[in-house]
Amino acid sequence: MELLVASAIGVLTAAGIYLILRRRTFPVILGLSLLTYGVNIFLFATGRLITGAPPILNKYADITYADPLPQALVLTAIVISFGMTAVVVMIALAAYLSARDDNINMTNTTEAGEEA
Amino acid sequence: MSLFLIAALPFLGALFPGLLIRAGRDACALAAGLTSLLAFVGLMTHAPAIFSGEVIHARLDWLPQLGLSANFFLDGLGFLFATLILGIGLLIILYARFYLSRQDPMGNFYTYLLLFQGAMVGIVTSDNILLLLIFWELTSLSSFLLIGFWKHLPEGRQGARMALTVTGMGGLSMIAGMLILGHIAGSFDISEILQNKDTIQSSDLYLPALILILLGAFTKSAQFPFHFWLPHAMAAPTPVSAYLHSATMVKAGLFLMARLWPVLAGTDAWFYIVATTGLVTMLLGAIIALFKDDLKALLAFSTVSHLGLITMLLGFGTKPAAVAAVFHIINHATFKAALFMTAGIVDHEAHTRDIKRLGGLRHLMPVTFTIALVAGLSMAGIPPFNGFLSKEMMLEITVHTPWAGNHLVVPALATLAALFSVAYSFRFIGHTFFGAKRDDYPGHPHDPGLGLWASPALLTVLVVVIGLFSGSVVGPLVQVTADAVTGDYPKVYLKLWHGFTPALYMSAGAVAGGFALLMMHRRLDRAWADVPRPEAKVIFEWIIARATYIARGLTDAMHNGSITRYAAIMVVFTLAVSVHAYSSGALGRPTRQMMDIGLLPAVGWVLLVVATGCILALHRNRFLSLILIGIVGLIVSLSFNYLSAPDLALTQISVEVVTIILMLLALNFMPKDTPVETPALTRLRDGGIAVAAGLGIAALAYAMLMRDFSFDSISAFHTENSYKGGGGTNMVNVILVDFRGFDTFGEIIVLGIAAMVIYALTEAVLASKVRAYLLNRKPDMLMVGDAHPGLMVVVTRVMMPVALMVAAYIFFRGHNLPGGGFIAGLIAAIAVIMQYMASGFGWAAERQRFPYHGIIGSGVLIAAATGLGAWFNDVPFLTSDFGYVHIEPLKEFELATAALFDLGVFLAVVGAVLLALESLARFAWQPGMGTEHAIDINPARDDLAAVNKKSEG
Repeated sequence: MELLVASAIGVLTAAGIYLILRRRTFPVILGLSLLTYGVNIFLFATGRLITGAPPILNKYADITYADPLPQALVLTAIVISFGMTAVVVMIALAAYLSARDDNINMTNTTEAGEEA
Repeated sequence: MSLFLIAALPFLGALFPGLLIRAGRDACALAAGLTSLLAFVGLMTHAPAIFSGEVIHARLDWLPQLGLSANFFLDGLGFLFATLILGIGLLIILYARFYLSRQDPMGNFYTYLLLFQGAMVGIVTSDNILLLLIFWELTSLSSFLLIGFWKHLPEGRQGARMALTVTGMGGLSMIAGMLILGHIAGSFDISEILQNKDTIQSSDLYLPALILILLGAFTKSAQFPFHFWLPHAMAAPTPVSAYLHSATMVKAGLFLMARLWPVLAGTDAWFYIVATTGLVTMLLGAIIALFKDDLKALLAFSTVSHLGLITMLLGFGTKPAAVAAVFHIINHATFKAALFMTAGIVDHEAHTRDIKRLGGLRHLMPVTFTIALVAGLSMAGIPPFNGFLSKEMMLEITVHTPWAGNHLVVPALATLAALFSVAYSFRFIGHTFFGAKRDDYPGHPHDPGLGLWASPALLTVLVVVIGLFSGSVVGPLVQVTADAVTGDYPKVYLKLWHGFTPALYMSAGAVAGGFALLMMHRRLDRAWADVPRPEAKVIFEWIIARATYIARGLTDAMHNGSITRYAAIMVVFTLAVSVHAYSSGALGRPTRQMMDIGLLPAVGWVLLVVATGCILALHRNRFLSLILIGIVGLIVSLSFNYLSAPDLALTQISVEVVTIILMLLALNFMPKDTPVETPALTRLRDGGIAVAAGLGIAALAYAMLMRDFSFDSISAFHTENSYKGGGGTNMVNVILVDFRGFDTFGEIIVLGIAAMVIYALTEAVLASKVRAYLLNRKPDMLMVGDAHPGLMVVVTRVMMPVALMVAAYIFFRGHNLPGGGFIAGLIAAIAVIMQYMASGFGWAAERQRFPYHGIIGSGVLIAAATGLGAWFNDVPFLTSDFGYVHIEPLKEFELATAALFDLGVFLAVVGAVLLALESLARFAWQPGMGTEHAIDINPARDDLAAVNKKSEG
């Protein structure tokens, strides 16, 4: 099980980084999303893996629980990554509409144009 | 008055002039003056204690871990400087009221001036070098504002920049020096450091610390070769020149040398660096001053020269020299400030400061002439004025000071400097006021009103009184200051007549020589003009230009605009660091057993890997990759559920829905395919980087998962106290709204800001040329026949109350079972988004009664109010409370303030998500898109309308 989770994190990270290294905004955003999944699972996994033990207190029995702390952190991380994705998508869209180009890198011609 | 208050008063007072300027210039000046006066009176309440030899302390720990304390202390030296700063400050405030014209923004002026005053008082009363450094930098900043006060003058702006650059650089090096000094002494408190002379002087780090600190002091006090900024700072209004550049700021460097004199002085390094720099500066400044035609430039170089004199005296490192230095600081402040103000008066009345266009003013401006005469003679060192006394002391000391074994060089050069000093002082008086009356002055010179000449006149009275009765008037002050600088000084004797000493002959020679020099001034001036000299400003600007060029080259080389490259560098660097960490560290043995792999996780894993692989293979088809990423998100949320994190699963799946809708909205306007741009080799390289990073993170994750924590985790606390302290059984929710409530509070604010950023960007884009493009845009894909299919409209309307009900349910059970504000907010947002999608933007917008900004704001405010409520119960911010209520016929239920906080979270999430999506949706809006009949259940209606129209027509 640990191997599965670790390898899944690796796969998501690798795919995310590959897409982040593309030249257009859309794949980069996809890459960021994949990387976010990887990072969130990694953070969550710092609580170590356990099945069937949700961190809901049981009043009647003394049982083990999953580590609640990473879960709380990851919960906020998921919501914040939504905010981040939304802003990045918006910037990408605004940039594309303004320049009619979704290349993420500044080309030398535009830079020279700014200098002039 | 408390030292804290004295230091804080100018800062507090700085608020008033800027505000009171609407009440008129007098109210403005009065506010500034009263503040200074109050601080001055406060300072004087300490005078008896100071004169009886006490040192006053005021301590406040600020960041004790860093050794940074807001400690103030007042001894003789601090008292002297504070008196000068506040006393002359008062006179300057009066003078400036009448000097500045109606067009000048006087409110700003006094605000800057008081800020500067506060910073200076802070420097001279700080008992902590870190605190002192903060005030030091504040003087640089506020003097920048003051020098550049006349923003319309290019010289003003350039002078301000130059002053800031030079003193700022010096300040930076001084920070380094001070940190070293504090490190050696083991404390950042000045009174501690002053006790550690031997430790400091025997340390290997003494020399670097000394040089760095001196760089700061020399740049501030305009010592050669950093003297050039001071004359250029004369572009400032004259009150500023008189205050900053003669009496106070330029003396900050001297103050610092005097302050640290007990621990730094007395070594060879100190003597040769400080005394030599002072001597060279004194001579150079005096020579240049003689050939300046601008009255203020003449005074500026004269100031440079006098600062050099004091620096040299401090550099000698002997106690009598230190006393002479202290005495000259007082004298110079009095006569030089008076002279600057006189120059300002001449400028104000005659409309020029060019000596060559002046002359004969004594008949037209008798009062000004008297002031200038007395102060000028004092500057020349003519008895019985105060300048004479300290100059005599200086000359006397030079006679006894050998330089590298040579007994002649110091007295000879000092006499030469004195000679030039006499010459330029006589020139200031002679060429401005004596001679024949001219008829070509640019203005109509006459004596100004009392307001303008009262301040310099008062200083001139001091010049005379100190000169005549030095022992009784300033004797005690010099004595306590000397005690503070030298540790303990036997007895200060100040008197006018010392008998026929070598110094007297040197003085006499200087006066005679200076007078002769002035007689030959016309010829010398011509010769001076012919001699090529390095122009400091040109060199300075060349250095700045080079530095800018290099910095720009470096920046351009690193930031070439390729974000791809930045990302690649970041990944590779992280990878390299990780590899280094792995190879240099030791990995313990696994301590955990691997869990068995069930069928379900195996299927999920395969799905995830295949979907991710498909994204990579098919990412050029953007729609397809969105669907694929949806699969990945689904598997991720299912895994959260499987691995005992129901809250995460709920959150992930609802965020997934919102994100995909968001991306679809954006994709509507963007190209639907990604072209192949990079060569195969580049893709291979990127793939290599990605695989290496993926392998690394997988290995890290695996290594972590197979081992337990090295230290006890803090999770146990949360498990234990969740119910007892937070009143909830869902630990994750209790952590979010209670234990880590402050984090959550910050997070909803961030989320709100993100939504507002999106809204603002939308506004900006829609206000630009893009709007025309959007309005005329033709869809680039085939549109479906019916934008709002009736079936979907009906279903979503029916689902709306159900979805909201679910949201409410999830919200209320959140404290004890999976759920809570975040998830409920997302579900409620999705319920609303469904309406947008099914019934159209126009339909939904019409029914939207509360603006989303308001919802975000109210969410944050409710959360904040809940947190603040804790204060009323005398507990820290966001401490929650809960209780159990039993109302028939309901079961017993819990009421917790945390639920109120969660309501804030809920509202903020709803508002943020909807604002973001609504903003994006607005791009799609085109005129004529809305339909009056949202539920378009009658496809024949349009035909019917056409028939009706025809029949009417």
